[in-house]
Amino acid sequence: MSFYGLVDGSEKSLIQYLDQLSGVDQVGAEARAAMLATRSIKTTSKKWAIETAISMVDLTTLEGADTPGKVRALCSKAVRPDPTDPTVPSVGAVCVYNDMVEIARTHLDAIGGEHVPVAAVSTAFPSGRASMEVKIQDTQDAINAGAGEIDMVIDRGAFLAGKYGLVFDEIVKIREVCGDKAHLKVIFETGELVTYDNVRKASFLAMLAGADFIKTSTGKVAPAATPPVVLVMLEAVRDFYAITQRRIGVKPAGGIRTTKDAIKQLVLVNETAGPEWLTPNLFRIGASALLNDLLMQRMKMSDGYYASPNYVTID
Amino acid sequence: MATKKESRVEVKKTYKLFINGAFPRSESGRVFEVTAKNGDFIANPALASRKDLRDAVTAARAAQSGWSKATAYNRGQILYRIAEMLEGRADQFESEIVFTSHVTPAKAKALVAEAIDRWVWYAGWSDKLQAVSGATNPVSGPFFNFSISEPQGVVAIASSDSFLEFIDAIAAAVVSGNTSVVLVPGGLAVPAMSFAEVLATSDLPAGVINILTGSLDELAPWAASHMDIDGFDISGIQKKKHGALKEAGAENLKRIHSFGSGKTPARILAFMESKTVWHSVGV
Amino acid sequence: MTFEYAPAPESRSIVSIKPKYGHFINGSFVAGKKHFPTINPATEEILSHIALGGTSDVDKAVMAAQKAYTKTWSKLSGKERGKYLYRIARILQERAREFAVLETLDNGKPIRETRDIDIPLVAAHFFYHAGWADKLDYAGLGHNPKAYGVAGQIIPWNFPLLMLAWKVAPALATGNTVVLKPAETTSLTALLFAEVCQQAELPDGVVNIVTGDGSTGSAIVNHPGIHKIAFTGSTEVGKKIARAIASTDKKATLELGGKGANIVFDDAPVDETVEGIVNGIFFNQGHVCCAGSRLIVQESIAEEIIEKLKVRMAKIRVGDPLDKNTDLGAINSKEQLIKIKELSAIGDAEGAERWSPQCDLSNKGFWFAPTIFTGVTQAHRIAQEEIFGPVLSVLTFRTPQEAMDKANNTPFGLSAGIWSEKGSRIFWASQHLKAGVIWANTFNKFDPASPFGGYKESGWGREGGKHGLAAYLKNGKETGAK
Repeated sequence: MSFYGLVDGSEKSLIQYLDQLSGVDQVGAEARAAMLATRSIKTTSKKWAIETAISMVDLTTLEGADTPGKVRALCSKAVRPDPTDPTVPSVGAVCVYNDMVEIARTHLDAIGGEHVPVAAVSTAFPSGRASMEVKIQDTQDAINAGAGEIDMVIDRGAFLAGKYGLVFDEIVKIREVCGDKAHLKVIFETGELVTYDNVRKASFLAMLAGADFIKTSTGKVAPAATPPVVLVMLEAVRDFYAITQRRIGVKPAGGIRTTKDAIKQLVLVNETAGPEWLTPNLFRIGASALLNDLLMQRMKMSDGYYASPNYVTID
Repeated sequence: MATKKESRVEVKKTYKLFINGAFPRSESGRVFEVTAKNGDFIANPALASRKDLRDAVTAARAAQSGWSKATAYNRGQILYRIAEMLEGRADQFESEIVFTSHVTPAKAKALVAEAIDRWVWYAGWSDKLQAVSGATNPVSGPFFNFSISEPQGVVAIASSDSFLEFIDAIAAAVVSGNTSVVLVPGGLAVPAMSFAEVLATSDLPAGVINILTGSLDELAPWAASHMDIDGFDISGIQKKKHGALKEAGAENLKRIHSFGSGKTPARILAFMESKTVWHSVGV
Repeated sequence: MTFEYAPAPESRSIVSIKPKYGHFINGSFVAGKKHFPTINPATEEILSHIALGGTSDVDKAVMAAQKAYTKTWSKLSGKERGKYLYRIARILQERAREFAVLETLDNGKPIRETRDIDIPLVAAHFFYHAGWADKLDYAGLGHNPKAYGVAGQIIPWNFPLLMLAWKVAPALATGNTVVLKPAETTSLTALLFAEVCQQAELPDGVVNIVTGDGSTGSAIVNHPGIHKIAFTGSTEVGKKIARAIASTDKKATLELGGKGANIVFDDAPVDETVEGIVNGIFFNQGHVCCAGSRLIVQESIAEEIIEKLKVRMAKIRVGDPLDKNTDLGAINSKEQLIKIKELSAIGDAEGAERWSPQCDLSNKGFWFAPTIFTGVTQAHRIAQEEIFGPVLSVLTFRTPQEAMDKANNTPFGLSAGIWSEKGSRIFWASQHLKAGVIWANTFNKFDPASPFGGYKESGWGREGGKHGLAAYLKNGKETGAK
């Protein structure tokens, strides 16, 4: 087996590859992210950024209390975020637990949302603590139910124990299950990997194993998609493209709640991976509350006065 | 066998220079006469030339890296060793000072005792300078920031004609890791060159202290303008002549200082350079 | 569509610039005789007219400073002096935005830097030194160290207000009074600082500001009533000052030129290193005495670093300094632009390879694209001479010792950078480098608590931290046991 001609999948080859990656200096990475956060995005560029961000939202509900009603409402919102303004684009995807995939898919198709994919969190989300058989079945179920995107979690315990081969194999197997039916996003739970060195290693490990997207977090652990974590992942996809000519997507998830947060993310993309990544095909934002803030900011820009939550729908 | 006692002819010392741990004559072949108060001839020390100065600076520069990188403990022990060697030859220095400086034996004795004690005092500074002059600086950010003091490099010394001030100037310059070229005037040449013999038996690496005897008026301007000398202690030069030396020294922004008599760590620190290092702190 | 950032200019309505300024002497503004224009280097717009100080103006200022020293300032306790400095720090914080905009207008540096770096550091310097004023016994200079009297301070145009703070704050904290001359092209923030002194009710004559050119500076240096000179600027002028005061009792601190080596080992954290290189040479248009203007990179990763550096340089936003998204502003003066162009042309002529990203530079004002020269050796003039602009010379090395030798192979000794993930190597390199300030895995960081200054021809003395106080104090009585 060969993965991009870079590793053969053995633990030894993985360790060799990951060890030759450049380290990440925490202070420098955080300083760069903080500097980019000072970019001031105004007027026309802000309008463009808001609409682009809306189209990148993976509108998410991942609660124990999720019901079919809640999921259907979310789907309606995903297709037409602002019912009063048809020029607002649909979001990037709807992201739900496995057992809600079919409900979501059916409802989206029923309301003219065929173009909005359903993303399913999979592989014993969020902890990933289950047997491989269960993880494969979990993924298969989601695909059978109509999921176009699989958001899998890596085994952080194995990663932190240095068992890169194990982590790699799981991603490879889930990739096989996805086949050409579903895009694979690999969630690192960066809050548990802790160091940027680990984030960079995990990024390359996942990309080598066949990830279509790399994703920061489950949303269940803080810190989640901090700007420096996303910066390090964007550097990784940029470097991976330089080596393989393949563009891997990035999905920050967790903690991005305001338009300001979202625009900071777009600036990071623009100035790190480059403008080629400024498309829902290569950048997504996992969020729920963010969408309404984007809509309110959009209203403010078109109306010229500050908006109220009373004028955006709550689900 | 000998039936009659013959008065023994003393073996007298030839005074030469002290450069790179060796005792060469001046390349110029020149000497000058040192006499006692009553005019009696004492010695013909070498009258060093600017080329001797050049050679001494080369030796001092070559010795710089090793001496400055020696551990502070090691430098301290060598300075203490100098005190030990001086102690053993105290009588000799006392009589040389009496002859050449025209002081009473009691005063000379006190002077030499104090000179020995100065070496002990300076020896102890080698591994305390950082504690006194260094700092960790609490900067506003994720950085570990500290300042340490380092030797400047090659320090020239224009010594006064006092043996104790000669000792102060040298010890202050070299304890931190500088190497030195010492210009010695007049009758001080006699104890100064005996002192070179002390240095030669004190485990001091060659070139750390180089001693040139002769005329300060002749040599000091060459030292001031020498581009490979980093610091210049001009305490032995009359104040009215300082301006010209400082002007010449401005060409490489030499650190030029003069001091009164007495011991102070400020004199050591004057020939040190503060270095501040920032390190990022992260995981 | 791509993500173009729309213009985001900071409003200049917060500043009001008078058509003409005088000198600030003895607590009030006095009219000058002759004036010269000061311009916005980004547009060449005339901002105001600055008084050209002559010997009589300097004389008045020195007299005022002497009087203030003997009558008021030297009689105040350190505690009370400190409170004036705290007041100044607070007013500077209150008026920070105004100072940032004015500095950007007058200097050409980006508002992002004046807003986030220059002006916050200015306030921090006053706040830091305020606390020293009543603790000088603990500065390591013996018991009750004494001020010199009147300090003559001459500052450059690259960090106008920050250099003022570096000079004025320690001088006042240690009990000296001040005659300060800002640089010819950047006097406006110093003159606004005079208003801050008034608002702080600083006693008259403690701070005096005489504007002008080199002749004004020379009058300060040569004035017999000045006891201490503090100068930041070129090594050439520094040497002139050293000669001018050689036969006097004047003390001097000199912060002069540099040709900082930024050394990259093959285990460096690549992306942060590239950021550090950019920050090292393109911060403040490279108008930085401690700039990392020589990149000394290990040959085995030189190609990767240079390639990534070029990609990164293409993202540097060059343009309107008042735009909040500008990274690289205007060159401070036509004179400086000519100098940068001349030295770059020498780089071309010597066979180094020049590269700049595509930049749309305005026809008005003074601009120079971020530039690197590769294939540079120690023998190139662009590896030896300070360009003081956004121009980087790239050299390579094979072994750590070779890196040290190249880094130290210069008459300067101000700054150096080390990039490596190996702790012991960083300490080894920081021991070997002959430089007053060394940044390991960072570059161009400044702090009032951190001493700054150079070895060799980069100057005399330190500014900032405990070490900086020594520049303004005569050693007190030794307290050590005998």
